[in-house]
Amino acid sequence: MNQYKINHLRELEAESIFVIREVVAQFENPVMLFSGGKDSIVMFHLARKAFWPARVPFPLMHIDTGHNFKETLDYRDKLMADTETKLIVRYVQDSINQGKAVDETGVNASRNKLQTVTLLDGIEELKFDCAMGGGRRDEEKARAKERFFSHRDEFGQWDPKNQRPELWNLFNGKKHMGEHFRVFPISNWTEMDVWQYIMLENIPIPSLYFSHEREVINRDGTILAAGEYVALKEGEIPQKRIIRFRTIGDMTCTGAVLSKAGTVEEIIEEVAATRVTERGGRYDDKRSEAAMEDRKKEGYF
Amino acid sequence: MSAEYNRGYLDMELLRFTTAGSVDDGKSTLIGRLLYDSKAIFEDQLESIERASLKKGEEGINLALLTDGLRAEREQGITIDVAYRYFATPKRKFIIADTPGHIQYTRNMVTGASTANVALILVDARNGVIEQTIRHAFIASLLQIPHIIVCVNKMDLVEFDETIFENIKADFDKIATKLDVHDIRFIPISAKLGDNVVDRSKNMDWYEGPTLMYLLENIHIASDINHLDARFPVQYVIRPMRDEYHDYRGYAGRVEGGIFRKGEKVKVLPSGFTSKIKSIDIFENSIEETFAPQSVTITLEDDIDISRGNMLIKEDSIPEIGQDIDLMICWFNEKPLILGGKYFLKHTTSDLRCVIRDVKYRIDVNTLTNDENNKKIGLNDIARITIKTTKPVFYDSYRKNRLTGSLIFIDEATNETVGAGMII
Repeated sequence: MNQYKINHLRELEAESIFVIREVVAQFENPVMLFSGGKDSIVMFHLARKAFWPARVPFPLMHIDTGHNFKETLDYRDKLMADTETKLIVRYVQDSINQGKAVDETGVNASRNKLQTVTLLDGIEELKFDCAMGGGRRDEEKARAKERFFSHRDEFGQWDPKNQRPELWNLFNGKKHMGEHFRVFPISNWTEMDVWQYIMLENIPIPSLYFSHEREVINRDGTILAAGEYVALKEGEIPQKRIIRFRTIGDMTCTGAVLSKAGTVEEIIEEVAATRVTERGGRYDDKRSEAAMEDRKKEGYF
Repeated sequence: MSAEYNRGYLDMELLRFTTAGSVDDGKSTLIGRLLYDSKAIFEDQLESIERASLKKGEEGINLALLTDGLRAEREQGITIDVAYRYFATPKRKFIIADTPGHIQYTRNMVTGASTANVALILVDARNGVIEQTIRHAFIASLLQIPHIIVCVNKMDLVEFDETIFENIKADFDKIATKLDVHDIRFIPISAKLGDNVVDRSKNMDWYEGPTLMYLLENIHIASDINHLDARFPVQYVIRPMRDEYHDYRGYAGRVEGGIFRKGEKVKVLPSGFTSKIKSIDIFENSIEETFAPQSVTITLEDDIDISRGNMLIKEDSIPEIGQDIDLMICWFNEKPLILGGKYFLKHTTSDLRCVIRDVKYRIDVNTLTNDENNKKIGLNDIARITIKTTKPVFYDSYRKNRLTGSLIFIDEATNETVGAGMII
């Protein structure tokens, strides 16, 4: 009987595929959130596997802060074209123009929090009843208690005290009118699992993840890409460094690491040796100990 | 598929375990210790708990703070929900379902236990086997967790005394005879000091067994899955609607038991039609055979009407088929179970409804006695009941297969998951 076992990556893959198929079976109008980051790339890859040879039976939605790296957008557009997938983009700038969100000011200004407004508006406008996200439980303390199927009330809020128990592989997606679900198919993956899987499956990823030279500034230990969206503090001088990004988000808060890793294998070695969590490089989480929990309650990803 | 298994570090098994224990048992400290000693804690996490420890006026690092997630819990110093933790060694990747141990959190313990291969039960060496220990052991047995590891903790506070350990072991064994558990191991540890967690204790020469980490890395879990009785609940039907796959009609799902091979004859429930497996597809690859817990797409030789909630099986092992079902339940909601009440059910990929026919008895989880007089079933209660379903269910006993033998109850008004059922 010994040959009837699969390794941890194939078991995680099977679980995620099951969850994504469950979404399509249980919801009428689901959407998958796509940021161009490695987690959403892996999640989308799993979705393609789940429905092959059919196309992915739902659209993808990108909440664009307007502060994206060009590399990410180019990668996104090529992937959508290659896979014949429908992409919806909603812009934080539109929410600001409509007066629903206000840009933060000052040197630490970020649009990360504003994405919530645009996301909830997008869900309401397009009447999505389920939004799949690439959140992982190992990312952050508040996420450790998140369910695969996470119920949101009609205001899009998460109530951590009143979550539905989730047992075996039975997922309860029942809801009332106006409510929706967030579903996290890769909940049980760690950063290491994601990288190993990218290698195992040969999944192309944006060049930002690999080592390259770039003008950066060092702010309180976080290395940020110098660019038009990052306001310089007094005394900050951009310097050229060999870096790569561990996460890809808004340019204003995505921290880079000094790295020479130029292949997925080298990244895996680096992740194995590293002593700082990937969110540790995110300026927005450093704001307060409970930062993520607060954002999630409001309806963040 | 074999090539990838030769690449050393990709060849890891996944082990899920649950921890049960109260604040005082040092459960969070034990998990913190496992993460810390296996180097799964990052510098910024360590800094954050150092800050928090200092704020509370504690000396040194409080490892327990690592596992306290939500703000409310941190303030109260208790864990109130199921939290999932991850770490890996070169042999295995581990998923911990960390649950609170107090009686009012039975539902969380049951939730965490539902997918676990191993239950870690903590016993405080100073207190020995107490009501809570019995409750944890009972839940592990009710949820059929295949392996139980009893960690007798705080050995440092009883001078690492072998007699105390042996007495606790004997007391636990007495309870175990009343339960349906097959594999129980005992380890004397000190989570605070690290004795026998990852590194062997220098203080307990008399203990010759494995450390906790060794056991977690090596305990045999491959036979926990039922590979005998073939079960494939159809989750979704794939019809590509594109020219090159014009006639493709695939049944997507996860194998929940047994082995299916290309060319084999299968039977469809409930229709009873039979056909042969034409292909087993995973993405662009076709494979010869599939087994639990793989997610695949199966195509058949014949064009028969099959939809979500149907099940493919093999004729050498037919599941039970019926509408009157006898089961153990754990109730999750403040609103008590209503005798004669109607509920939505989810069982495998099937949605149906049921009516509660009878409550046979309630189990007192502290004494393990059946109470046939008090049949009021409220939050965190465990009971044996019978239900009648609106349509036939294809099931196995929970003992035989945890996935085809389990179901959840959903309140028709609130849509909340209000109970879990294990079919007898």
